[in-house]
Amino acid sequence: MASLLNASRPAVFCPGCSHDRVLHALDQALTGMGYTGKDVAIVTDIGCSGLFDTFFNTHAFHGLHGRALTYATGIKLARPDLKVIVTMGDGGLGIGGAHVLSTCRRNIDLTLLVLNNFNYGMTGGQCSSTTPQDAVVGSGFLNKLEKPIDICQVAGAAGAGQVSRASTYQKDLVARLQTAITFEGFSLVDIWGICPGRYTRRNKLTPKSIEQSQTQLPALTDFQALNARMEYGKAYREQAAKLSQPPDPVRIKVTCQAPRTGRTEVVILGSAGQRIITAGELLCLAGASAGCHATQKNDYPITVMKGHSVSEVILADTTIEYTGIEDPSVVIALAPEGVNRRQKMLAALSSDSVVIKAAGLELPPSDAVVVEVDFKAHKIRSQDWTLAALAVMARKTQALTMDMLTAALKLRFKKAVYDTAMAITQKIVAC
Amino acid sequence: MELTLMEGNEAIAWGALAAGCNFFAGYPITPATTIYNTMLKLLPPKGGICLQGEDEIASIGFCLGAAMAGMKAMTATSGPGISLYSEQISFAIGSEIPIVIVDVQRLGPSTGSATKGADGDIQFMQWGNSGGLPVIVLAPVDIKDCYELTVKAFNLAERFRCPVFVAANKEISMTRETFCLDDLALPPIVERRQADARTPYLPFEIKDNGTVPDFLPIGGDRLVRQTSSTHGANGYITTDPDEIAAMQARLNLKIARSVAEFTYFDEYLVPDADTLVIAYGVTARASKEAAKRLQQRGQPVSLLVLKTLWPVPEILIKEKAAAYQHVLVPEMNLGQYIRELQRLLPDKKISFVGQMNGELIKPGQIMEVFAHG
Repeated sequence: MASLLNASRPAVFCPGCSHDRVLHALDQALTGMGYTGKDVAIVTDIGCSGLFDTFFNTHAFHGLHGRALTYATGIKLARPDLKVIVTMGDGGLGIGGAHVLSTCRRNIDLTLLVLNNFNYGMTGGQCSSTTPQDAVVGSGFLNKLEKPIDICQVAGAAGAGQVSRASTYQKDLVARLQTAITFEGFSLVDIWGICPGRYTRRNKLTPKSIEQSQTQLPALTDFQALNARMEYGKAYREQAAKLSQPPDPVRIKVTCQAPRTGRTEVVILGSAGQRIITAGELLCLAGASAGCHATQKNDYPITVMKGHSVSEVILADTTIEYTGIEDPSVVIALAPEGVNRRQKMLAALSSDSVVIKAAGLELPPSDAVVVEVDFKAHKIRSQDWTLAALAVMARKTQALTMDMLTAALKLRFKKAVYDTAMAITQKIVAC
Repeated sequence: MELTLMEGNEAIAWGALAAGCNFFAGYPITPATTIYNTMLKLLPPKGGICLQGEDEIASIGFCLGAAMAGMKAMTATSGPGISLYSEQISFAIGSEIPIVIVDVQRLGPSTGSATKGADGDIQFMQWGNSGGLPVIVLAPVDIKDCYELTVKAFNLAERFRCPVFVAANKEISMTRETFCLDDLALPPIVERRQADARTPYLPFEIKDNGTVPDFLPIGGDRLVRQTSSTHGANGYITTDPDEIAAMQARLNLKIARSVAEFTYFDEYLVPDADTLVIAYGVTARASKEAAKRLQQRGQPVSLLVLKTLWPVPEILIKEKAAAYQHVLVPEMNLGQYIRELQRLLPDKKISFVGQMNGELIKPGQIMEVFAHG
């Protein structure tokens, strides 16, 4: 099998650099497995390990520092048949740590080779996330203060499908790479090596000492057994195949007539859990059922089931330009939380406005016509007050009709909920 | 007329689908989250892919990888996410990766107000990346625009192989609104131009005096190289000043030269007006309402609504503003796009109505300028 290395761009590394050996080992691993250039994508980031893609005659993607796994994930999901190899140094490992963890958790079929030489070779030998605390590097005393990461333990704990630790100099490196490349899922190989240009000028590190250090480390857990599961892309496609097609957007038929022309502004003030937003949507649907344009703007805090909930709806028989509330025709006020958010608006209401309010609720004085409804006396639950208020609105104002509200309920709800909703509207209309 | 009710963000998602988008990745952030929610419903059942990245950097990174493997990709976020996208955006610019980026703007700076609208990223979308090269930014005014401009954004991204922003705003994206699907004016779908299979492929080679290289996907039958480094036609690093200069000039030219072909705008010009309001985004709606009321009051005012913000449609702006003495610029920020107009129209009297309090600029605020002359 012909080498996948780029004959017109021979590898250029510093004399004695471990990357050069890994490069050739990777070439032998890939060709030994029968891959041709178009079967493989090499994805790299910044630093000396980021030179790998230029030396191979394969598909190549050289991106931003630490982000190689993000591109590789996109490529692999788009092209499941492609063999995607990612190379990264201990620099990329540190800067892109979140991506390493997430890729382990995903178990997507990528092979990550960490070319770990314990320092930032390209920028002057500063400390990286794997620099030993007793090493002398280009970051002064700073590396003495930070514990190096053991990426194998971290990756295994994060759910990597396969994790192995290797030395650039071990005889079976090619076979080790092939094991990783063959694995269907995310495999990570932490390959220790020597950076003669920077690291070993001031630190003693030899093939032998690497071997000794690795032997002294506790053996890795059998993460392959521990983290065994389906490959991400395969699992994704399997899950997606079970999904039903999304429904097309609903086209609302005009089935009733709007009670008046022009622009009608409605503001619904309540608290979380009172289905304020749903009521706003119902009003829009009611309007559309009568051929009116509608807009709905909502205001609520980040908390769920607590705090204010405000919905501002505009219905108009012409295109709605400004979507803010200027002169509300109807205000539905159901809870102090919502009322407190619109004190100024409430105080400025004119005699043309109608306020439908829950009994006992305090409002700032204004010229508006107030319709008070005692929902509790009608045995209507708090979460149904908004719906009941819409029914009152249909009965007492020129902004909505019962036909419109009925059409909206039909559009919004399935049979059972629709029936319950209709019963509530009839309860309040009957009184 | 049958109306459809949906949120601006849902319309953006449906527009993306109509444009052939088959890859979406995003990280949830108010007020952009409902784009992701909708894409998650739409794409996987149709064989597309929708992912939630571990952060914004990963989300756009997934998109760039998928785009280079031949998919049509979109991501959506708000100001804080655009900040994190920055380096990836300059990658997409320099390495000619098609992608649609939706910025549902919220009130900043920084974390700001998650549920309040603003147009505070208008300069940031153009200049918030390294290198200083142009991007395309389209700004929707309403729900129909959310749909249509997203389709156009994809077409431009494919045609020019570049990032295209949809500059939305919480006030459009999270507002539910009715529109008629039959009224949509959708352009034919554009696919990126594929390289001729019979000739040798260089990933950044320019042929026939063009400005955009032909595309082949990573993972196809012929080898493709992509790189974030300064590169020549072959996709390998170059240090040749002439080659570098030519590439930079081309990246600038391919967008800047073609803006006339994608200058989207609306105009409401009335005779006898001496003022032209130039607006964009949701503020264009208050402007239109204000112009309507002023007209009724006997104070005619013209309105130009810009939907292509970047590159600045200079020819259009100069042409449309020529007949007016005054120009009024309302913006949901403290004065961003007005800088471009001041630059282009040095002999006009330009006034500004700006606001950053989380609320819409009201028609009345625009009308006040005319009340005071």
